[in-house]
Amino acid sequence: MIDQLPVGLSIAGALLLIALGLTFTFGQMGVINMAHGEFIMAGAYTAYLLQDLADDKAVFLALPVAFGVAGAMGLILERLAIRRFYGRPLDTLLLTWGVSLVLQQLARDLFGAPNVNVTAPGLLEGRLALGGMTIPYTRLFIMVLAVACVAAIWLYMNRSRQGRRMRAVMQNRELAACSGVVTERVDQLTFFIGSGLAGVAGVALTLIGPIGPSLGTNYIVDAFLVVVAGGLGRLRGAVLAALALGLLNSFVEFWTDASSAKVVVFVAIVAFLQVRPQGMFVLRSRALT
Amino acid sequence: MSVLAQGRTLLTGRARGYVLFAAVALLLLAIAPAALDPFRLGLLAKYLCFAIAALGIGLAWGQGGMMTLGQGVFFGLGGYCMGMYLKLKDAGSGGLPDFMVWSGVEELPALWEPFRSPFFALTMVVVLPVAVAAVLGLLVFRQRVRGAYFAILSQALAAAFVIWLVGQQGLTGGTNGLTNFYDVFGMDPEEESTQRTFYFVVVVVLGALYLLARQLVKSRFGRLLVAIRDGEDRVRFLGYNPATVKTITFAVSAAMAGIAGALYVPVVGIISPALLGVVPSIELLVAVAIGGRFSLAGAILGGVLMNWAHTTLSENWPEGWTYLQGGLFILVIMLAPKGIAGLVNQAGDLLARRKAAAPSAPQALAKEEVPV
Repeated sequence: MIDQLPVGLSIAGALLLIALGLTFTFGQMGVINMAHGEFIMAGAYTAYLLQDLADDKAVFLALPVAFGVAGAMGLILERLAIRRFYGRPLDTLLLTWGVSLVLQQLARDLFGAPNVNVTAPGLLEGRLALGGMTIPYTRLFIMVLAVACVAAIWLYMNRSRQGRRMRAVMQNRELAACSGVVTERVDQLTFFIGSGLAGVAGVALTLIGPIGPSLGTNYIVDAFLVVVAGGLGRLRGAVLAALALGLLNSFVEFWTDASSAKVVVFVAIVAFLQVRPQGMFVLRSRALT
Repeated sequence: MSVLAQGRTLLTGRARGYVLFAAVALLLLAIAPAALDPFRLGLLAKYLCFAIAALGIGLAWGQGGMMTLGQGVFFGLGGYCMGMYLKLKDAGSGGLPDFMVWSGVEELPALWEPFRSPFFALTMVVVLPVAVAAVLGLLVFRQRVRGAYFAILSQALAAAFVIWLVGQQGLTGGTNGLTNFYDVFGMDPEEESTQRTFYFVVVVVLGALYLLARQLVKSRFGRLLVAIRDGEDRVRFLGYNPATVKTITFAVSAAMAGIAGALYVPVVGIISPALLGVVPSIELLVAVAIGGRFSLAGAILGGVLMNWAHTTLSENWPEGWTYLQGGLFILVIMLAPKGIAGLVNQAGDLLARRKAAAPSAPQALAKEEVPV
C-alpha cells in the first residue's frame, strides 16, 4: 500500500502541470479552454519530433521548445478568436471545443491515429529505493518538474512587474487600465504562458506512457476539476487540490478498482464544494458575482 | 388602440405557432412514413430520440442558463433501465443475460432483479435520472455553484459515469453495453411493422414533451427561470429561491434525456458507454447551440440536423466530417451565437420592417404605436 504513495504523487504532479496552465487561462482570464488538451498533445508530439535531433535527450530539449510551440498556438487562438469572447466563459467552451476537434483531426492526419512512443532519457532509467518503496526516476522527474514550475510561476506572479500587472488586471480590469496597464498586452502574455505550460505538461506525459491524438482529452476533465476544487486562479489551491485528487485517486483505486475510484473522487469533490463552494482558496472581493 | 394592436400581433404570432406545429406533425406522422423506406424511417426515429434529449438541454441551458455537459448520463440511465428489462425478458425467468454468462457471472446481481417487471423498469426510466439530477442540482445550486463551475462538474459526472460503466463488465456489459434484443414488448424488433410502431411512439412522445416544455416556459415558472438566467441575485433579492427553480428544471431536462435514452434502445437496438461520455454529451449541447439555444423548436431542429449530418457524413467521409464539425462550431459561435432559430427570427424581423416601410398608410400608422 505504501507503494501507492509515489504513484499518487506522480499522478498529482502530472495533474498539477496541466492545471497550472489552466490557472492562467481559466483562473486569471475566465476562458474555459477545451483546446488546452490539444496544446498538451502538441507538446508531447514536439518531444516525439525532436527525437530525430537529440535521440534520448529529446525530452530535456523539448521542455523549452514545447513551451514555445504550445504558447504560440495559444497566442494565435487568443488573437483570432478568444479575445472577442472575454466575459462569456461558456461561449469560449463551445468555441474552443470546435478548435480542439480540428486540432485532434489534424494530429491524426499528420502523425497517424495509432499511439507513438517517446524514448525516456537514459539518465532517468532505473528506480530509486527509498524506505519501503521504489520510485521510477521518470516519475520522480515529473514531480521535480512540477515543483520547479510551481516555484517559477510563484516568482513570476508575486515578484515580477509583469506578474503584478497580471494580477491587477484579474482583480479589476478597469482600474488596472486606468493606472496605465495595457490590458490587452497582459492578456496575450497570460494566455501565452498558460498555453505554454500545457506544452510542458505534454512533454512530461511522454514519460508516463505512449502518446496519441486524444492524449489531452484523457486528462483535461480532471485538470479542470483541480482548478474548481482549488479555487479560481489560486496557485496554492491548484497545488493542494492536485495533491488531494492524485492521492485520493491512487489510494481509492488500490482499495477498490480504477472505475469506482473516479466515482468516489467525483462524489468527494461535490461534497467538498458543500463546505467551500468556491474552492479551497478564494480571492476575497465585495463583488456579488 | 395600442393594446388592441399588440393583441393582434400576439394572436397572429400564436396562430403562426399552431400552424407550424400542425405542419411539422403532419410531415412527421403522415408524409415521412409514406415517403421513407423502413431503414430511413428507423434513422429518422434515432435522430428524433436525440431531439428529445436536445429539447431537455434547450430547457435547462437556453431558458435556465445551466450549461449541462452531462446529459449523456441521464440518457444512459434511461437507456440502461430499458436495456436491463429487455435483456431479462430475453433471458427468461431464472436465466442470465448472455454477456453475464460470458464474463463468468453465476447469479443475477441484486441490482438487476427488480427490472424483470416492465412497470418498474419504465418508472425507473424517469425516476432514476430525476433523482440523480435532483440530488446533484440541489447540492450544487444551493451552494450557488453555477456557470462554468456547473459545466465542469456535469462534465466530470459524465466522465466518471462512463468509466464506471466500462469497468463493471459483469454488471453493465462493459464497453459493449447492452445489445441483441429479440423480444421488445412482445414484438420482433427485426420486423418492419415494429420499426414503424417505434417511430410513431417516438414522434408522439417528442410532440407531447415539446408541448409540455412550451407550457412550462410560458408559465410563471418559466418567466422566473428566465429571470434567474439573466440575473440570479436579483431574483433572490425578490424573495424567490433560485436553487429550487433551477433544480426542478434540471430534473425535468434529465427526465427528458432519460426518456430519450429509453426510446433509443428499442429503436437502434443498443445502448453502450460510447454514446454517453464527455464527447457525445458535448456534441448534443453543441447541436442545440447550432439549432438555437433560446428556442425550444431550435433545440429540436439542431438535434435532428446535427445527428443527421453526423450519420450521413461521418460514414462516407470521416476525416472531413471532423473538420467540418469543428469549423461549423467555430463559425456558428462567432457569427451566429443564437443559432439557426436566431437567424430565422432575424430574417423575420427584417421582412416585417420592410413591410412596415411600405407606403400602405393605415398599416404604417398601426405599426408606429407598437413598441418594437
